Amino acid sequence: MRARVLLLAGLLVLGGCAGARLPGSDPGDALTVMGFGLPDEIAKTRVDLFKKQSGVELALSEGKLDAQQFLSAVAVKQPPDVVYLERVEIGSYATQGAIQPLDACVKERGVDVSAFRRSALAQSSAGGKLYALPDFNQVNLMIVNNAAARAAGVDPAAFATGDWARLADLAGRLTGRDGGRLTRIGFDPKVPELLPMWARAAGVSIVDDRGNPHLDDPGVVEALAATAAMVRAQADWGDYRAFRETFDLFGAKNPYVVDQLAAMPIETWYLNVLASTTPDVDITVLPPLDRQGNPYTWAGGSGWAIPKGARHPDRACAFIASMTSVGSWVAAAKARKAGLVAKNKPYTGTFTGNRLADERIFAEVYEPVRYPAIARGVQVALDLQDRAFSHLPSPVGAEIKKAYEAATTRVLLGRQSPRDSLAQAQREAMAALDWRR
Amino acid sequence: MTVKQARLGYGFLSPWILGFLLFTAGPMVASAALSFTRYDMISPPEYVGTDNYRRLLEDPKIATALVNTVVYTALHVPAAIVLALGLAALLRRAGRAAGIYRTILYLPVMTPPVALAALFLLLLNGQHGLLNAFLGKIGVDGPNWTTDPTWIKPGLVIMSLWTVGSTAVLYLAAMAGVPNDLHEAAALDGAGAWHRFRHVTLPMISPTIYFTVIVNTIASLQFFTEAYAMFYTPGSNASNDADAALFYVIYLFQQAFTFLHMGYASAMAWLLFLVIAVITVIQVRVSRRLVHYEGDRP
Repeated sequence: MRARVLLLAGLLVLGGCAGARLPGSDPGDALTVMGFGLPDEIAKTRVDLFKKQSGVELALSEGKLDAQQFLSAVAVKQPPDVVYLERVEIGSYATQGAIQPLDACVKERGVDVSAFRRSALAQSSAGGKLYALPDFNQVNLMIVNNAAARAAGVDPAAFATGDWARLADLAGRLTGRDGGRLTRIGFDPKVPELLPMWARAAGVSIVDDRGNPHLDDPGVVEALAATAAMVRAQADWGDYRAFRETFDLFGAKNPYVVDQLAAMPIETWYLNVLASTTPDVDITVLPPLDRQGNPYTWAGGSGWAIPKGARHPDRACAFIASMTSVGSWVAAAKARKAGLVAKNKPYTGTFTGNRLADERIFAEVYEPVRYPAIARGVQVALDLQDRAFSHLPSPVGAEIKKAYEAATTRVLLGRQSPRDSLAQAQREAMAALDWRR
Repeated sequence: MTVKQARLGYGFLSPWILGFLLFTAGPMVASAALSFTRYDMISPPEYVGTDNYRRLLEDPKIATALVNTVVYTALHVPAAIVLALGLAALLRRAGRAAGIYRTILYLPVMTPPVALAALFLLLLNGQHGLLNAFLGKIGVDGPNWTTDPTWIKPGLVIMSLWTVGSTAVLYLAAMAGVPNDLHEAAALDGAGAWHRFRHVTLPMISPTIYFTVIVNTIASLQFFTEAYAMFYTPGSNASNDADAALFYVIYLFQQAFTFLHMGYASAMAWLLFLVIAVITVIQVRVSRRLVHYEGDRP
């Protein structure tokens, strides 16, 4: 306790001497929000609506939530009133006590929790309590380069991802080479980052509902072996990754347009990018398939939470309830659409963690865009929303991620077998969990 | 010195003393205390004795990070010193244009480290990077500098030489201070350019070389920004290099700010302090035989 007092005293002296305000601290009586800016109409409209309805002023600390800034602010009891964060971070912060449960907040504000997507809610909860309200929701889609697929005699619409052996063979056939250099990746399984999605296709969750890792589960081993085989069918991992790093994902020369890629899973936001930069791109958007051939997907996204010790918890609750409400989302979607139309760009919809908001947006605001491939993609994304799975929260979510990514890399480099590598990852994740507990 | 003069002196020194106490000594004391605790920034620090130090011995990534850091240092420091010496020697011959070349040589040092990292990710790309394109022209099949674990550290060393200008400028200044008499005497004795450089210039500028070796070694042992920007920022497929770019300070940063193991990270910081202290002591001892001082040894 004495060490903590000394530390806090030191931090306060430093803050006082520098005449500085700690990040997230309260300028006046405004509601302080960390990790959230106003980059577009979606954010601005929702904030304006809240300010108009409540009369509360906001002080935004823009940029992605910085863990060090946030936790320092909580430690010295000067936390922001609200934090905007990636939902995968919620488990760790909840376990540490850095954010507070929202059950009383949602009850008091009459928030219809059942309206939120199941996977988003699961990610926002820990120990049976709700710690965040979901904001955006991103699901993974399979996007196929039609020209590349047809050139290899493959019907893009039949690009099935449930048969892993066939997919590895297809990946090899679709790979392009010029001498020793890669010119096209045939199929990018997006490992290591999407290993949990492939494991889920085999019916396995790498984290259970108590936050314990299961990285050495036979289903995860099978998924890693299969995805590593897909990569090896195309190139050595070093060549493969170096080539992938040359992609200009956000530009007019994106890998689909310049034929650097035949297919890969990618999140919904990429439809917006394609619609904005190259709406005529010749692609087919498909749902990922599990081992039984059923559509499924992997979801992620952002959420709103109230830190422990927030000075204005009632206003914070009102704010996050407003930001995630159906009315707020619909108004934001209308503003976004108007902004894009003014720039002569198509509006591809807004995908939120709130199912009722999505229903209203796609019924009242969204109009199928005149680019058939993009329009089809939007529909696929919409259909997948309730079929999505996501990372379950864990006190050691960051350590689990590091462990399975490193394990995947060892296998891709040929240094370990999938079984041994994931066994090591499981030991590392369990050691982290033991340490944390 | 009178008491009044002494007080005045301390008065002028006080901004630095205050800054040192608050921003260097204070955090060091706090870090030393935290290294004996388990602390996640939210819950109170919990005293765990020497657990963190024991864990240092059991954590295989500590050895990986230390080896990576030492290998990088062993590659970077000699390469930077030799290249800087060569550039400084060339600049000495530039005559009236030396000022312009000196400025050009120093300009890359002004590049922000993150921009430098982004630039070299492109230049060093194994598939379509400029370096391999150049090597291809002379018949060499270049490696994957940024994705092959074997070549990641050499690639980072190549990148680090971008800022060798700062060391070269120091050598240039030191060379300007070497008396011409010595060169003339050596030339009269039949010494050629290389022998004059080897036996006159090098000994005369050895205190500067010694200084840059120490400074470069410490900086290399704390190497962080560029490697972190290249391999460990979100979206950069952090673990894809099988820890080939896991330098000690990067691992320390991960433990502190990704995993929130502040106590363990503090213990790591003290281990690094110890490693740097030991290496510096060795360098000081070796310098007694190799560094030439005119007049009394400082």
